Amino acid sequence: MLRIAKLPIAIFALFIIIFPWIARQIPAIEHYTDIMVFAGIYCLITIGLSLLMGYTGQISIGHAAFYGIGAYVSAILTVRYGLNPWACMCIGMAVTAAVALLVGAPSLKLKGHYLAMATLAFGIIIFIIFNEETEWTGGPDGMAGIPGLSIFGFDLDSVEKYFYLVWGFVLAAFVFTVNVIQSGTGRALRAIHASEPASSAMGVDVFRFKIMIFVYSAVLASLAGSLYAHYLNFVNPSTFDLFFSIKLLIMIALGGMHNIWGAVIGAGLITFLSYEWLHYFEEFDVIVYGAILLLVTIFLPNGLVGVPGIVKGWFRR
Amino acid sequence: MSTVKDENVLEVQKLVMTFGGLMALSNLNFQVKRGIIKAIIGPNGAGKTTLFNVITGSFPPTDGTVRFKGRSIQHLKAHKIADRGISRTFQTVELFGNMTVLENVMLGCHTRVRTSFMASGFVLPQSRRKEKRIRESALKILKFIGLADKFKDSADSLPLGEQKLLEIGRALASEPELICLDEPAAGLNETETHVASSLIKAINAKGMTVLLVEHDMKVVMNISDEILVLNYGQKIAEGPPEDVRNSPRVIDAYLGGAA
Ligand SMILES: Nc1ncnc2c1ncn2[C@@H]1O[C@H](COP(=O)(O)OP(=O)(O)O)[C@@H](O)[C@H]1O
Ligand SMILES: [Mg+2]
Repeated sequence: MLRIAKLPIAIFALFIIIFPWIARQIPAIEHYTDIMVFAGIYCLITIGLSLLMGYTGQISIGHAAFYGIGAYVSAILTVRYGLNPWACMCIGMAVTAAVALLVGAPSLKLKGHYLAMATLAFGIIIFIIFNEETEWTGGPDGMAGIPGLSIFGFDLDSVEKYFYLVWGFVLAAFVFTVNVIQSGTGRALRAIHASEPASSAMGVDVFRFKIMIFVYSAVLASLAGSLYAHYLNFVNPSTFDLFFSIKLLIMIALGGMHNIWGAVIGAGLITFLSYEWLHYFEEFDVIVYGAILLLVTIFLPNGLVGVPGIVKGWFRR
Repeated sequence: MSTVKDENVLEVQKLVMTFGGLMALSNLNFQVKRGIIKAIIGPNGAGKTTLFNVITGSFPPTDGTVRFKGRSIQHLKAHKIADRGISRTFQTVELFGNMTVLENVMLGCHTRVRTSFMASGFVLPQSRRKEKRIRESALKILKFIGLADKFKDSADSLPLGEQKLLEIGRALASEPELICLDEPAAGLNETETHVASSLIKAINAKGMTVLLVEHDMKVVMNISDEILVLNYGQKIAEGPPEDVRNSPRVIDAYLGGAA
């Protein structure tokens, strides 16, 4: 049986709860709470991507677009129409779901490289729209003045409060996704990954499952985008470019695609690399990402979550 | 009971399947009576696997009809046909290698028990109960095919003989009325072949109709009630084993190629 242990999830939740407190105690890492907000936002996307790519075996190089749609729907509807941010977040997810359905329906009939190319092209088109539809999106200069979030009149105006909001969403998405993986639905997804002819011969509606997971992962990315927009109070197109889609792939490859924990570990590590540890490399950071992807694919095909297994293997020999 | 016995589960009419210029099945007509084991034999490339692919909906036929329990199914997608009650195994093993033996069979229950995405994510009590039921019924099947003690192993790790049995078990899990077995004994040694052929007989004894593609003539002659012989996509003989064995056209197709 595929069982995902509960204890590590509880420990992880505890870690999240005390993280801001720990960060406050040590001046050198005080700003880590802020970085963790971004790590959480990326984590929301990688959790969905892990289900889509690692478990179901369908590649997407266009998820930056869904992330961007969420962010821009929130930005445009709050700034230009003064709508309630939470409503905008929901509208963003609905719009993203519709777009994902529209894009996914023809694309998911394609296999392997073709699916990669289709999602890649989609990502590029959306990026161009963010840049060119200046009246709506503000073009390359982006949009400022996006309001923050508040719950029942209680403003989420500090980094710590926003940290708990974002990670609350991450934990909810994580537990929901873990449940899906452990259910009959998850079994069908892994079956599709292993053999589509056998899955459909056993009554699995392969296409429907693929679409469902594609839309789910897109909606999570959209939620992440809205959270990003309301946190930074500013969006511009470069956040949602092709490189970000690739960065997402590097995250789940580094963490390990075939295990939902890989999504969390990968998102966390790459976020800290890009916000904190890679400053020395300046614009050469792209080379570091490339090197990570190369080394992981060659030496750690199961990512960092596969390391304990490798070590155990050494001892058994 | 006898009227039920005589009823046709499957009726194939004027079936044509072409790949480009190649005619893999040409104007094929035959019936399968409920409750029998019907073997389909013929030289390599005769169109046997193609016939299974068309019946189970891997691709629609170029022309002709396939009726299952009186209703035409040739336009349906594979998963819909599985829902109607036809299951299959594959000539080259198509197990879910990344899953355990038990999970493979549990997946076979997909046609009978399903959980929605939301019910899965929120772990509704009903989905937990369903999962338990599937697990129990899968374990029962593993016992039946003799793989109960390997339920935890990954499907990849089994030897070929057991992989072939597991494919049959997975196909049984949907409780089909018609099961299509594509060369279940290919690559098996004598003992394994014996196990496989008694298993097929046991399946049939449970009331399932069996369509069997097999090259091992001993197995075919021993267990089938009827045999259909294909050559170049055409039917060249059909009937009980003893008739088919003595048909000059069959002997010619198998041996005459050299002449
Ligand atoms: N998907 C396909 N595309 C093209 N040709 C095919 C396909 N499937 C089968 N064929 C061809 O159809 C013929 C019958 O093949 P098949 O049904 O596999 O024969 P058998 O199972 O009797 O050995 C062969 O000539 C084979 O090459
Ligand atoms: Mg064949």
